Amino acid sequence: MDIWQSNRQLVISRGFIPEKSASSCIRRTADSSRLKPAGMTNLWALILAWLPLAALLLVCSLSYAQTKNSCLDCHSALPDPLGVGQETFGHDIHAQKGLTCASCHGGDPTSDDADKAMSRKAGWKGKIDRAQIPQLCGSCHSDPGFMRQFNPSLRTDQLSQYKTSVHGKRLAAGDTKVAVCTDCHSVHDLRAPSNLASTVNPVNVANTCAHCHADANYMSAYKIPTNQFAGYSKSVHHDALVVRGDLSAPTCTTCHGNHGATPPGVASVANVCSTCHVFQAQLFDSSPHKDAFAAAGLPGCVTCHNNHGILHPTDELIGTGDKSICTQCHTQGDAGYAAAANMKEQLVHLSTSIGGAEQILGSAEQSGMEVSQAKLELSQARDALTKARVTIHGFSVKGVEGDVNSGLAVAAKDYKAGQQALAERNYRRVGLGISLVAIALVLVGLRLYIKQIER
Amino acid sequence: MSVWHSLRDWLNDRLEWDDLIEPLRKKAVPLHGLSYWYFLGGITLFLFVIQVLTGILLLLYYRPGANEAFESVQYIMTQVQFGWLIRSVHSWSANLMVFTAFAHMFSVLFLKAYRKPRELTWVSGVVLLFLVMGFGFSGYLLPWNTLAFFATKVGTDIAGQVPLIGKPLMIFLRGGEEVTGATLTRFFGFHVAVLPGIATLLILLHVLLVQRLGISVPPKLEVEWNANPAMKREMKFFPNFMLRELMAWYVALGVLGALAAIFPWNLGVKADPFVPAPAGIKPEWYFLFMFQTLKMIPSKIWFIDGEVLGVLAFGVIGLVWLLLPFFESEDPSRTKRWITGLAIFALTYVAGMSVYGHLAK
Repeated sequence: MDIWQSNRQLVISRGFIPEKSASSCIRRTADSSRLKPAGMTNLWALILAWLPLAALLLVCSLSYAQTKNSCLDCHSALPDPLGVGQETFGHDIHAQKGLTCASCHGGDPTSDDADKAMSRKAGWKGKIDRAQIPQLCGSCHSDPGFMRQFNPSLRTDQLSQYKTSVHGKRLAAGDTKVAVCTDCHSVHDLRAPSNLASTVNPVNVANTCAHCHADANYMSAYKIPTNQFAGYSKSVHHDALVVRGDLSAPTCTTCHGNHGATPPGVASVANVCSTCHVFQAQLFDSSPHKDAFAAAGLPGCVTCHNNHGILHPTDELIGTGDKSICTQCHTQGDAGYAAAANMKEQLVHLSTSIGGAEQILGSAEQSGMEVSQAKLELSQARDALTKARVTIHGFSVKGVEGDVNSGLAVAAKDYKAGQQALAERNYRRVGLGISLVAIALVLVGLRLYIKQIER
Repeated sequence: MSVWHSLRDWLNDRLEWDDLIEPLRKKAVPLHGLSYWYFLGGITLFLFVIQVLTGILLLLYYRPGANEAFESVQYIMTQVQFGWLIRSVHSWSANLMVFTAFAHMFSVLFLKAYRKPRELTWVSGVVLLFLVMGFGFSGYLLPWNTLAFFATKVGTDIAGQVPLIGKPLMIFLRGGEEVTGATLTRFFGFHVAVLPGIATLLILLHVLLVQRLGISVPPKLEVEWNANPAMKREMKFFPNFMLRELMAWYVALGVLGALAAIFPWNLGVKADPFVPAPAGIKPEWYFLFMFQTLKMIPSKIWFIDGEVLGVLAFGVIGLVWLLLPFFESEDPSRTKRWITGLAIFALTYVAGMSVYGHLAK
């Protein structure tokens, strides 16, 4: 880091002046520091050594009052692509943190004279070349010391990651069609990823990637599919993230990485999925399918579940029915076919038993019977069903049987509780009937007695 | 001589039983087209007795405390023999008692039975009505379910709006800043000790006053009967009216049993102070007219907080209501029409606001 940069940081970090003023005034300070004469006495040397600081404070205080961003005066009135309005730029996280147009584009924003403001002498760079954008962004974002003042928790390895990505490698090879920072993060109205309007907010990431990756014309030169977004839009992950607002659900960057974006290879797909689906991955690793898939060159999870269009898994996926995936490899007569049919049957059995218990408990509850304890216990059977559906990934009939049987026991107990509740309801109603008859008889008796005494 | 007669003679020798019974034998109930309204007080008393009996039975198993209350009521509903019946009868009877108490009050108001010399009967009756509502409010929290928890939170918040004493009153009711297990034990104490004690004394006073002053005759009829005593029609209180009252009690018992068996009182979900209040939380139906009114008052009226003004207004109305007989004329031919108008307005307002509050989201 040179002296100019360190002074700049010192002054900004102390909060003395905004960064925009600091840029211009520190340059002047740096220049004036060269005026230090040689051969003075120690006292004079000391006085003169402090002069630059005094001059700095004087100039900065004057320039602070005068500082303005003349760029927006003109560019807010210009049509696209040169137009940048005050409102648009006001949303930009950089503008909010005190950076100006000059921070990236150089020039002198304090001058009303367009020629002076955009003079090469004043450091004006004009439109930033696409190939230079990652480097320019990295000049601040790769500097932990500088970034700490704004957001200490923000990573500073984006540029180095980017260089390892397919995008970064192709850019380095001269392909400027690939995504650079501004393509994903937007420019001039760049917002923090936590902002819902940000193009890189988890909810918007898929749309941002699709901007290029779903464009068949744009992607034609790369010979890769462009149906990823269409598949993802129908997926259970998209449903969880966008429809249900579950921000822990994955989007493109969760599996592919963001700055180091790379497609996972056949060998690493299971590792990608297992970051969230831990148990399924462990069971799969210990299953006979692990070696069989590897031998056939099939990637683990996506062979059955698809990669982008991962639909909500149902019990139909297993077994030997029309929608079964097992029958794509297994045929009638082989052990896997029989195991698939058995596991499906068990899941259906437990699911039906839970449904039956729910129904009878629901009827009892509607009759006003207190069955909350049984209903609570039934959640254990549902948990057992969920566990059995996970255990399926070990492709072991015995493993599934264990979970299913524990669920069946709970469902049977709760079904019985429902039956008892309905029997109790009927008993109460019979009791009520008898009581009402007794009360009616007493009323008739009283009426007759009153009639008798009033005769 | 039958056993009954022997027992009566034995008691008579020692307690002079016949002297005690004599006023009852002489007591008469005016007979006219609106005589059936006279049953309401007795039905309310019968329901109170049911409350006491079922309440004592519930006490055998109920455990006050944030960690035990819900479970103990659940135990009563599911495990205790006929526990469901006792709890359901207690809850239904409480609601019916509030209803009959209100109906009794309005019948007294419309029949102008509060006039001199029955002012104190009215005052004790209105205080009893407030106590019945207090029973309802304190008892509602005891199962410690979600609805009860948040209804108590809202209710005690409203009590906190009373000027000057609001905040200390709220802290006294809650046993702290928030509704907690301390509130539950406190409400339990009010419900099973403080309120029953006061209510029993007041009921004795109320019944004694009714006994002492006799049953009121509507003013119009009183004028007619005074002018022409031959028109006066009466029924002996004992046994004629009492037997009819007994029939009414049996009907009430049948209704209670049917409600308890067909619609057992719901237990709900255990209260969790850390979950947000369910949407559209409402108090019990008999507080709805006040709750809905407070909801509809603008947040600021001139410079006064709307809710504070509403609470103050209800306080003033309650006081005026209590003292209503003192504004009435004692002459049956010169009764105050505005009081009847006020009664009609109050009934319409309470009924209308309750229905609106029930339907409003």
